[in-house]
Amino acid sequence: MNRQSVEQFSRSVPAETVKSVRTASALKVESRKSALKEAFEDVDAARSQAAHIKSYTLDNLGSLLVQLELKCRLNGIVVHWAKDATSANKIILEICRAAASPGEIIVKAKSMATEEIHLNRHLIKSGYEVVETDLGEYVVQIDNDTPSHIVTPIIHKNRKQVAKSFEREGLGPYTEVPSELAMQARHHLREKFHNAKIGISGVNFAIAETGRIVLVENEGNSRLSTTAPDVHIAVMGIEKILPSEGDLPLFLRLLTGSATGQRITTYVHLISGPRRRDEQDGPKEVHLVILDNGRSKVLNGPYRDILRCIRCGACLNVCPVYRQASGHAYKHVYSGPLGAVLGPALEGVEKLPDLAKASTLCGACEEACPVKIPIPKMLLQLRDEAVRKGLLKDSIPWSTFSIGSTSGFRWRMGLKMLPMASLVKHPAKAGWEEFKDLPKKEGRDFRRWWHGRS
Amino acid sequence: MLTCLCDAFFGEVGIATVKVLEHAGCHVIFDTDQTCCGQPPFNSGDWSAARLSAGHLMRTVLSHNDPVVTPSASCAAMVRECYPILYTDMAHPKIFELAEFLVHQMNVSTWPITVQKHLPKTKVAYHSSCHGRGIGLKGEQRQLIESLPWIELVSFEQGEQCCGFGGAFSATYGSISAGIGMEKLRNIIESGADEIVGGDMGCLMQLNGLIKRNNLKVKTRHFAEVLAEAIGE
Repeated sequence: MNRQSVEQFSRSVPAETVKSVRTASALKVESRKSALKEAFEDVDAARSQAAHIKSYTLDNLGSLLVQLELKCRLNGIVVHWAKDATSANKIILEICRAAASPGEIIVKAKSMATEEIHLNRHLIKSGYEVVETDLGEYVVQIDNDTPSHIVTPIIHKNRKQVAKSFEREGLGPYTEVPSELAMQARHHLREKFHNAKIGISGVNFAIAETGRIVLVENEGNSRLSTTAPDVHIAVMGIEKILPSEGDLPLFLRLLTGSATGQRITTYVHLISGPRRRDEQDGPKEVHLVILDNGRSKVLNGPYRDILRCIRCGACLNVCPVYRQASGHAYKHVYSGPLGAVLGPALEGVEKLPDLAKASTLCGACEEACPVKIPIPKMLLQLRDEAVRKGLLKDSIPWSTFSIGSTSGFRWRMGLKMLPMASLVKHPAKAGWEEFKDLPKKEGRDFRRWWHGRS
Repeated sequence: MLTCLCDAFFGEVGIATVKVLEHAGCHVIFDTDQTCCGQPPFNSGDWSAARLSAGHLMRTVLSHNDPVVTPSASCAAMVRECYPILYTDMAHPKIFELAEFLVHQMNVSTWPITVQKHLPKTKVAYHSSCHGRGIGLKGEQRQLIESLPWIELVSFEQGEQCCGFGGAFSATYGSISAGIGMEKLRNIIESGADEIVGGDMGCLMQLNGLIKRNNLKVKTRHFAEVLAEAIGE
């Protein structure tokens, strides 16, 4: 994963990529707005209600998780607790070993939690054939790439690039027709579903009241991944919980509207456990792996509200910086404004001290967020934390500036000396001048004018 | 409150602000000891430096018992919304953005024009600054300039998107900042506007820097100057 600053990285992003990201995200912004307007009489009130329910969930997370475990067990779902990535990978590998021999196929539905713990790498190392079945994630996998967006993993690619990858992998003759590309993938993946022993998915919501796992998708690959193999393993972060099934209508509409501009996705799964004795289909085992991986630490700190996130990606789509730099600039599996907070919150500001700086603080993320997470405020808090810990060095000496601002006299002296700034060399000035002309004093001076009239 | 940028570069905007407020019936006081609200260090994460500037503003501008008005939603947002972050037990200080003050405190809904000379028709792209939305402006600036008959507002793609300024961001993230700004300018130029009118000199300075560097044919102006022109100033 790249270690450059967001600015450095953005300079290396090809124009073609910026165009793909910009076009797709702009379209998504428009479709989100119209879908939510259609779905709710008062979008803002719906967002407030969802924020409230999520805050309640975080306030009662311990007891809701215990309730979820109990209800899942009653439904026949085996619940596992993973404190970090290592333990999650170990638990999942043990389940896989009990159900399938190395060399056999594991199909995966889209899941950011498994990206976060780098699960594929572990399973492949243990000899399994792991196949991503979400179309975007499949392209990511065959290209040895990483997703650049939490909802649309290959937003940074265009269809020509996908066509070349499919041709290279021998999926069929070269074509740039999207429906033909989809059919090639469908044909290839159908075989994998047929032979897979295990299916792994993420979780969009887990309902504490009923012990059901909720998944939304459009391609049908989640349905096949969670029903065709004998074993289904679902992986969720501890915050993916909702108190009751009655919360679903609100959250489903907010999620699908905000993520893809849909009133509802093509498929909505409510998984209530493995196949019953009188049923012929469905998995024989369902496992739910509940992952902490730094979240309980975030829960008790200043960035707690980021755990309200339902992973819709709306904040990425509206973010002007994300649109210029693309998701891979954020050095973390979670990109955009969400990633700029969640990345350092989970891993520590020491590891990603500069991510929070890559924002104009325009607030578009907070305005788009279906659960009203105050992202700009948290970006400011992260900057403060990084500066206090000596992790961020600014080229501008702010303490000198501020001391100058504590006296009217010093300030006026500073203003008089300003014209000489054009002679000074400074990295910040150079950063501005590389692309823009410097501002010049225009027209009358206010203070002189004010003095003259009084 | 004048703002740093008007203090350093754009005095005319400060002068226009005074004229506009006086035309609306206000008696304007200017505290000559005022400096900066502290937003630049605050946004850069240097909160102890920001508290130095904020402390000075509280001892000067905010210590008067009169309403404080500033021709910048950004500075108003810093004082009203961010001082309570710097000082956790603080109430939101009473400070108003210029159009917000005119519309809601002075009950100006259409701008009372007094200019005698004929002003040419101008196609204006109105840029609503992000901080304006942040302090809850609901189109007050637009409402005032729209009430001038020679101004024709044109709409453009992604009107609410940021201009890419972001304070120090515009210098330290120069390439991203310019990329965002150019996207904005492309959308505006496509609309056929002669002029971009906004309410924050940060945004307009950013756009103007790009306009000059790229020899684009569009001008920028603060809405206070547009209102001042309408009263013959």
